[in-house]
Parts: sequence; C-alpha cells; structure tokens
Amino acid sequence: MASHGIHDRVAIVGMGCTTFGEHWDSSADDLLLDAAEQCFAATPALAKADVDAYWLGTMNSGQSGTVLSKPLGIDYKPVTRVENMCATGSDAFRNACYAVAAGAYDRVMAIGVEKLKDTGYSGLVRSNVAGDGTAPEETLTAPAAFSLLDPAYCEKYGVDPHDMRQAMTHVAWKNHVNGAKNERAQYRTEVAKDRIAAGAGKVAGRLGVMDCSGVSDGAACALIVRAEDSHRYTDTPVFVKALSVIAGPASGPIDSSYDYTTFHEVVACATDAYAQAGITSPREQISLAEVHDCFTPTELILMEDMGFSERGHAWEDELAGVFDLDGELPVNPDGGLKSFGHPVGASGLRMLFECWLQFRGEAAERQLDSPQLGLTHNLGGRPGSCVSFISIVGANQG
Amino acid sequence: MPTGILSYSAYIPRYRLAHEELGSALGMGGGAGSRAIASYDEDTTTMGVEAARRALGNGARPAALYFATTAPAYFDKTNAAAIHAALDLGSEGFALDIAGSARGAVGALRAAAASGGLAILSDLRTGKPGSSDERDGGDAAAAFLFGPGERVIAEVLGEASATAEFLDRWRRPGEMASGQWEERFGLEAYLPLIRDASSRALAAAGIEQADHVIVSSPHSRAARTAARELVGRVAEEAPAIGYAGAADPGIRLASVLDRAGADQSILLVVAADGCDATVLRTTEAITSHRAEKPVAEQASGGREVRYATYLTWRGLLDRELPRRPEPARPAGPPSARSESWKFAFVGTKCDDCGQVHVPPRRVCVGCGATDHMSRAALAGRAGRVATYTVDRLAYSLSPPMIDAVVDFEGGGRYTLEVADAGPEDVDIGTALELTFRRLYTAGGVHNYFWKARPV
Repeated sequence: MASHGIHDRVAIVGMGCTTFGEHWDSSADDLLLDAAEQCFAATPALAKADVDAYWLGTMNSGQSGTVLSKPLGIDYKPVTRVENMCATGSDAFRNACYAVAAGAYDRVMAIGVEKLKDTGYSGLVRSNVAGDGTAPEETLTAPAAFSLLDPAYCEKYGVDPHDMRQAMTHVAWKNHVNGAKNERAQYRTEVAKDRIAAGAGKVAGRLGVMDCSGVSDGAACALIVRAEDSHRYTDTPVFVKALSVIAGPASGPIDSSYDYTTFHEVVACATDAYAQAGITSPREQISLAEVHDCFTPTELILMEDMGFSERGHAWEDELAGVFDLDGELPVNPDGGLKSFGHPVGASGLRMLFECWLQFRGEAAERQLDSPQLGLTHNLGGRPGSCVSFISIVGANQG
Repeated sequence: MPTGILSYSAYIPRYRLAHEELGSALGMGGGAGSRAIASYDEDTTTMGVEAARRALGNGARPAALYFATTAPAYFDKTNAAAIHAALDLGSEGFALDIAGSARGAVGALRAAAASGGLAILSDLRTGKPGSSDERDGGDAAAAFLFGPGERVIAEVLGEASATAEFLDRWRRPGEMASGQWEERFGLEAYLPLIRDASSRALAAAGIEQADHVIVSSPHSRAARTAARELVGRVAEEAPAIGYAGAADPGIRLASVLDRAGADQSILLVVAADGCDATVLRTTEAITSHRAEKPVAEQASGGREVRYATYLTWRGLLDRELPRRPEPARPAGPPSARSESWKFAFVGTKCDDCGQVHVPPRRVCVGCGATDHMSRAALAGRAGRVATYTVDRLAYSLSPPMIDAVVDFEGGGRYTLEVADAGPEDVDIGTALELTFRRLYTAGGVHNYFWKARPV
C-alpha cells in the first residue's frame, strides 16, 4: 500500500471541546456552536471569518453540511459532512488535514458532534438500511458483539477467565481514575474495582454496565493550518505526524480463520501510521495513547494490535499498571470513552484535544512529564467487520 | 408400482407447559401431564419446516406442498411458499395453504396422496387462560411424502367422508380462542358421523377391524368415545403432548408408523365438521424406512417453562421490553433478492479456492476472485461454536438472547442466535445444527431466518 502521509505538513493551532454528558438542555446545534466558540476564543489570531472550509463529523445527528453551517451562521463556505461510524470525528479531521496539505485551503476546521441522549434509548441507535433481516447487527447489540472477544481470547491464550475479568475491571477502573481528574468528562468519580466486578455479566457476556463506554452528548473541534504558518496562531501548535484509516473486507464474521482476538484493521492501520511517523518501537516512543475503549476487552486487544503488548499478554500488562496514568505508556489519560463519554462524531477530536492539552502542559492533574508523541485511535464497527483510524501527533516538528 | 407414503416425520417443539404449573398459576386444579408448546420464535410455518426437512432427509424434491393448519402465520399470503423456500425446492412446483379447521389435515393428506406431494400438518393451539383448550392443546407438526415406488411404506386402501353443518366450535379470524357449544350437543352430532365414515372406509378397504386405530377430533370427548368403539388390535400409544389440531392426526399417524409392523392396517379417523376416515396398510418397507426421530422420543423430552413465560411467548402478556429500538421489518425487495440465503441458508463456494461464503459474496474472501462462485447449501451442515455471548440488552421476547459465531463443517461461518437453549448450554466447541425460526415480527412482518440449536 502506497501511503505517503503528510508528516509535519499541517498543524493544529486551536481546539475546543465541550463537556461530555447528558446535555438535556443543549441541542446538537448548541454543542457545535459551544465547541467552535470555545476554540475561536482560545485562538484570537484566527476568527471564524478566516476559516476557509469545514469538515463536520456526525454519525447520526444530522445530514449534510448545513448541520454545521446553520448553527454557526457560516456564510457560503465549503462544509463537508463526514460519516465513518465511530471514526467519524477522526475522519473529518483527516480529510481537513489533507485539504490543507494539498494546498486547497489555508485554514480549515474539523468539528464533530453527536447528540445521543435525545433518542430515548440506552446505548447507540443504528439507522437501519432496508435489509432482508438476516444480519446479526439487526438484533445483537454492540456490547454483545464486543463481548465475543472475551471467551475467544481466554480460549486462544489459555488465560484464566478470572484473570481476564480482572484485567477488564482494571481497564474500567483505570479510565475512571483518569476521568475523575478531567473537568470535561461525563463521569468524574473513581469506581472501586469490586463495584465494577459486581456488575459483570449484566449487559452481555461477562460485560456489565461498567465495561461499557458512556453514552453522551458532546462536540469537539480543531483548527488546522499549514505547519509553516502555525506559529502565527499559537506558540504551541500540534504537528500531525501520521493519519491512517483502514477498512477491511468485513470478513471476520463469515471467515473461520478469524479468531476474535485481534482487529486486523487496527494492525494494518498501526503499521501504516507508524511508517508515516517513523515509529519503530511504539511502546517506547509514544508518550500517550487515546484508544477506542468502547468496551473493556476492546482496549486489551488494542494494546496487542498496536504493538504495545506481546500477543496474549495485554491482560498482564494492564494488571501490572503499564497503561496507568503513571505507567510506562499512559492509555486514555483523559478517561477514554469509558469515563469521558462517547458522543460518536466528537470522540476522535476529543482524543486529539487531550494530546493538545498534554503537549501544552494544560492537563492539570493528568499532566504527563513532557510528552512528545500522542496516538489517537478509533474503531468503527464490530470485531471482524470494522474501520480503524490512527493519528500520531507531536509537540514538535521533525 | 404402488403409491403411498414414502417417508414421514414429526416435529414436537422442545418446551412444555405442565398442567400442575398452569393450575397453580391460575389457582385451580392442575393434574398430571403437560402440553407441548412452540417456543417464542416458532409458529406453524417454522414447525412445518422442521417436520418437512426431516421427512425429506432422503433428498426428495416433491413437486407439490400442501400445508394444513388452524393457526396460519399469515392470511392473504401463502405460508406454504415460505416453507417451499426453506426447503430449497427452487421455483418450480405447487405450494398451497389449507388453513382454517383441523379438517385441513385430511385435505393435505388426500391432495398429497393424489399428486405425489408433501403434506405438512402443523398447528399451534391457543385458548383463553384457564380454558380446556389452553390446557389440553398441543403444538406440533408432521409431514408425509407421498409418491410411487418400491419404497412405499404405507398404501391407502380406502377412504370415506361425511359432512355436516352444526355449531360445535368456531373462531373468527384474529381471535386467539375458539368458542364451543355445550359438549353433549357436539358429542351426539359427531358419533353418528364417525360411525358412518369409518364403516364405509373399512368396507372400501375390505377389512373388518384395523390393527391400529387413530381418532382425532377437536371434540375430545367424541374422539375418546369413538375410540372405545373402533378398537384396533394394537393399542395406540399416542404422545401425551396435547391435542395438536390439524397436526394431531399427523403426529399420531407418525407415532403408529414408528411402531407398526409390515402388512398392518391403520384406520385414521378425523372428525371435524364431519368425519373423514382413511384406511392404510403398511408394507415391508416400513421396517427399514421409519422416521429418524420417533415421536415417542420427541414427546418424552422437553423443558418446562413457567406459565408467565408461556403467556409472554404467545403474546398474551404484554411485557416491558428492553429500552432498545424495535428491529426494522425485513424489506420486501432485499428479502426476495436473497430468498435462497434467507430462507434456505444457501451461500456460495469459490470455484478457485473453495472458500465458502454465507451469505453469498461476489468477491471471494479467500482469494479475491470475482463472480467465480457456485451455490453452497449449508442448512444441513453441522456447526460448532467459535465464540459466543449472552446478550441481556437485546430486543427479545425471551431474554437473554444467546448468539454464537458458528463455524460449519466444510467451511462457512455466520453469527446466529441460539434457539432452544439457555446460557448453560453453550460453550466454545458446542455442536450446533440449524433450525428455521421466526426471529421477530416487526411492522406486521414475520422475520424468518435460521438459528442454531445444540445437537
């Protein structure tokens, strides 16, 4: 695969992120405007009138560019609405970056929003394509689909299900510990491990509600310019090192060679992104990773797919605290989908927002010691049938 | 060459409602025994498919299907067409519903016997809570393949009918319970009809007393009384699953065929708004061509459910559902395009590398070849659980929903709901077989597809 990348050619010079949560008082319009206004307020050198084009990510909160142009009052400018399941916000960012790198525009905004709490249902609601009623997605819920990973992983690596359950509990515990330190997170309380474990199995497989990401409303955005122009707008731009989106043939659910202990899409995506960024030892080189912890077993598998852990050993690394805030490689220092919440279209940009804060030294209690490289990751779909996104961003060029 | 029954099979669903449970739930006398009940995902169409698949286990492809039931899943749409599709019989052939009264069973058998087709008798019996229909009914199906050949296991020797109009039992379309007149009136109306039709049928067959006698009627007392008069040489061992309506004569005929010796006569009497009597005689072939799953074996198994569960399954108890959106109804054009997949579980096999795909794909997952595919019918294949989950959040009439990733012998994988099982019945490696079910009903449309059940 020829993937030339746009290493260090564009930079983020401003960001905004609403609190994530149950925003009964805010519409998607309000959330978009709040995130954008926050971003412009923090970037005085770049006003709304200066933005040449927009990329809007939303999975289910509206269609077409007018979902953004209307609430922001955008005067006849390009707005592209992007949808790529849970990688929606990230893919909006990716396409915005490419437009600047291509020279088509000088200043663009990527913005993502999701309003999930207006549906009246718990969890994500799919918009169904008319079908023949035979797809398992018609009935099997998302937590159930991801819970398939747990027994398959234990079986393949001979992991004691009790140990696996403890590792899953640690993921939820860790991400809540981190989220409790985050003023924008949906859930700002630490949750004791025994409470997490007590709910196990009540949702799907061995997953309990504490193994599932928060269902929330929120919006986040980023202003992107050419790297060489970036210091006009901020002293601390964030440089884009790598962007990768991978869609697989969605063959896992119909191909017996797929064993439900990996996401092939993520492996390919990481390989691509690491090549673009020149990363050879991800666990050593990456300072923080914001990954798609939609359900606790997902995060464990991702650690292996991204090369942070050896195959069959992510559960041990997780339990050893490798991915804790004070561990060797902090994973989801902002609380992750689990604790920060998961308004689909906004999540990818929320992950970049944590890198933005960390590189600028503004992450408060979560602040890491001079982080240099951050990785963000989304997974859209289900095991065996998904899209994967990875970005690598850095505090410095080169 | 003789013409007659070539093969047969019965299907009795897995679940039972014990009379004692029913009695205690309603605060009345229970008594011993139980009735068979269709699971929440079964209806007369799916049970008919089960029985028919078993009867066609030898690979026969009947040119006509006759489907009799008193509880059709649809009106104004041919339920036999869905069965025809599930049996993967292609587009040629005849498929007919004979829906209404229990007498339809005789219509299906006679039509199949006349043309060499498959008679499918399937029923799901409901009644008002606390009624004798609810207590004494049973859900089941049976199928009989007729045709010429050396392997005929039973021939029709004679038949006779009588018809009378009288108000014994009735039900308006859409109602779940039947009305019944006072029992004595029906008894007096039926007995002369039964005597008349039976004696004429026996005379036509040239015999005085049959070896086996079956008397099936929605009027249970008339059936019992007549059976005392029309005694066979061999006592009937009818399965104690309840009166199965249009399927009742089928289940009981199957049960007799399970045990009958060669060259034995069978008097089958069906009394519903008249009486139809048929005399059959078994051949030598019966001893080596019995159904694979005997009725007695199916009747003796079973898992009891609580009365509230039964009511929920039949839609008689409006329960709170999970706070999840209801599934969308299956759409017409996509369902038609994928008829062989959705109804018959037919996929494709790559001509270049042999990879099996369910559902069919045009681009091979194994080697990437495009449109180099041959059909691969997997409905009869054995499967094993690769991984599984218990979904407690999913929309289901009978939570929790169990789903398994099933790998099929000879290739192919799909994620299927597990039927007739609890969480304790499924593990990695569990052997499963396919069963045709109704996944859910949405927008008035039944979503038929396949599930997997533990072998």
